[in-house]
Amino acid sequence: MATIKFDMVIRGGKVIDPEFGFGKDATILINDGKIAGIEIESPELKKQIDKLPKDKIVDASGKLVVPGLVDIHVHLREPGREDEETVVSGCRAAAAGGFTSICCMPNTTPRIDSQEAVKFVQDRAKDADARVFVVGAITKNIEGKELAEIGDLVKVGAVAITDDGNYVQNPEIMRRAMEYSRMFDIPVMEHAEDQFLSTGSVMNESFQSTRLGLPGTPSVAEEIAVLRDIALSRLTGARIHIQHISTKETVEAIRTAKKEGLRVTCEATPHHLILTDEEIGKKFNTNLRVNPPLRSAKDRDAVIEGLMDGTIDCIASDHAPHSAEEKDCEFDQAPPGMIGLETTLGLIKAFLIDKGLLSWADAIRKMTINPAKILDLNCGTLAVGAEADITIIDPDKQWTVKPKEFFSLSRNTPFDGYKLSARVYKTILGGRIVFER
Amino acid sequence: MSQLSSRHLLGLEDTPESDITLILNTAETFSEVIERTIKKVPTLRGITIVNLFYEPSTRTRISFELAEKRLSADIVNFSTSTSSVKKGESLRDTVQNIEAMKIDMAVVRHSSPGAPYFLTNCMDANIINAGDGSHEHPTQALLDMFTMRRKYGRLKGLRVLLVGDVKHSRVIRSNLWGLQTMGADVALCGPSTLLPREVEQFGCDVYTNLDEALEGVDVVNVMRIQLERQQAGLFPSQREYTNLFGLTKDRLKRLNKNFTIMHPGPINRGVEISSEVADSENSVILEQVTNGQAVRMAVLYLLSGRKEELA
Repeated sequence: MATIKFDMVIRGGKVIDPEFGFGKDATILINDGKIAGIEIESPELKKQIDKLPKDKIVDASGKLVVPGLVDIHVHLREPGREDEETVVSGCRAAAAGGFTSICCMPNTTPRIDSQEAVKFVQDRAKDADARVFVVGAITKNIEGKELAEIGDLVKVGAVAITDDGNYVQNPEIMRRAMEYSRMFDIPVMEHAEDQFLSTGSVMNESFQSTRLGLPGTPSVAEEIAVLRDIALSRLTGARIHIQHISTKETVEAIRTAKKEGLRVTCEATPHHLILTDEEIGKKFNTNLRVNPPLRSAKDRDAVIEGLMDGTIDCIASDHAPHSAEEKDCEFDQAPPGMIGLETTLGLIKAFLIDKGLLSWADAIRKMTINPAKILDLNCGTLAVGAEADITIIDPDKQWTVKPKEFFSLSRNTPFDGYKLSARVYKTILGGRIVFER
Repeated sequence: MSQLSSRHLLGLEDTPESDITLILNTAETFSEVIERTIKKVPTLRGITIVNLFYEPSTRTRISFELAEKRLSADIVNFSTSTSSVKKGESLRDTVQNIEAMKIDMAVVRHSSPGAPYFLTNCMDANIINAGDGSHEHPTQALLDMFTMRRKYGRLKGLRVLLVGDVKHSRVIRSNLWGLQTMGADVALCGPSTLLPREVEQFGCDVYTNLDEALEGVDVVNVMRIQLERQQAGLFPSQREYTNLFGLTKDRLKRLNKNFTIMHPGPINRGVEISSEVADSENSVILEQVTNGQAVRMAVLYLLSGRKEELA
């Protein structure tokens, strides 16, 4: 064996790198912050490793070693609401949750619709505990009226565009956004919600909204929005990525579009994979208020099925911090959104892997290489030469969600007190241990 | 049974039959009190009650106030038409400030479903829901049931039709659940745009044709229709609503003998109900208002946990 130069190793763990289909005990060699190799330890290699300083040998016995996780749907509240989350605190929460790369949404105050705003976030992220990829706005000020200077945004590193939080209501504007995006070959990420159908609503429309007397949004508000975008993608040839899909019909629409060969991808959140609208009536917990809303069991089951059969490409948290004050109120007065960076991995293990719905390999694929490919991000893999972004998971660690222990500045999770069954052991970013427990 | 199973009255969806029966039986005693020359008993002396009205209300507020006064409770009123959020003080802060003045019970009217539940986490006082958005209005349903029970001597087996804006009516929800618990046979009727999603899961007959719905009914409880629903495009005009859902005299022939007409008020005469019907001898609309006193006195007394003789 030609000698591989390395200055750090992770040994003893079971390596899962979906891109290469690894699934066995191996040692990862790191050199200068990059992956230098994945090897079965030979006696010579062992000798070589033993020469390393002790702190450069990470013992991962009994653990899973996977590419650093990737979350392409995160709200960092900086600039504007630094009390809820900053770039640095969000990245710290990401590291604690095993994520080494995150994409931040542009609905900050001010919006990320200019080069200055993109650069501001990039600058804040420079020394943070995760890589931050900025997603720029589709339209100026996310108003759905005029295109943002998308070329400018891409030039300084925006990896995609979205008006997340708002749906681009005007189909003509969306058509032009898609056509324009093709020049840069970036995906258009869409928060699919026909706002004529959802105005004033605070939850899913179902027997649950009927019971509680809360205004509901019908699932067709999402279906119609997605069908329009699929049609526009067919017309323009644009890459579209549908965010946080939540309904049975949306899963079916995307399944059909994919069969047709359209350039459509989509994501699902842990909460839409786990919770239903029946939770709301129990305690009117405002942390259950989210957009799109928690749906019926049939929708939840269809989203799980879509995840299993590959219709849904990736898992994303839609980490949406809100202050305790804003959530401590009447249900219909609370802003929508919940945080997720620190619970996603444990939830996926407890509710999908433990139930035999998803294998570890599939779960990791949907949290690493798949999201990375959707946005052409240079991460999510342990390929030789890649940045040494690695997450080491304690795969059967039992723990209880305690929001007060979160690294996020916000606490708005509906999973308080949930018992989960896997947890991050160490998170490594470019060969540097940024989090360990 | 002489005690309720809960220390709050948030709604009737989960209120057991024994609690409803206890409240209705206790209300019988109080209805005798309010017929006296001196309509006041010392039952809740020393107890302080706040009436928190976050929504405009006339009759419910007056009814609670009188009930409290007749029980000799001390009362404070807090009324505002703007939400606490707009005022800049949270609901929690407002009620905790009020509770700091040593309040024992709170009667709450609020536009947000679940607001009374939220208050149970903010204060130690007994909470009585006086209407939370489109969710529940339990004392209204209790007084409606009390009125029906007085007339028929029973609730079990009565065919009760609730007519109107099913989607937005808290009175309908509370009546429906309460009556179902008591064994009545409930049916709903309203325009299809005002029937909420999956309404059939309430487990009762649902009609969009009033004439069909009235067939074989003992009690018709008619709800006020709000003009803002028309503005929201949920029905085309008041005229058409009246044609399709207005309770007029010629429609009454389909009802059972000895039928009863009810309305929680305020009435839009000539819209959801004709004056002729509202003022007819089968109408108990004003009795409902009187009975509201006795029922609210019963609820306040039972929740207070006081053991004294009632009267």
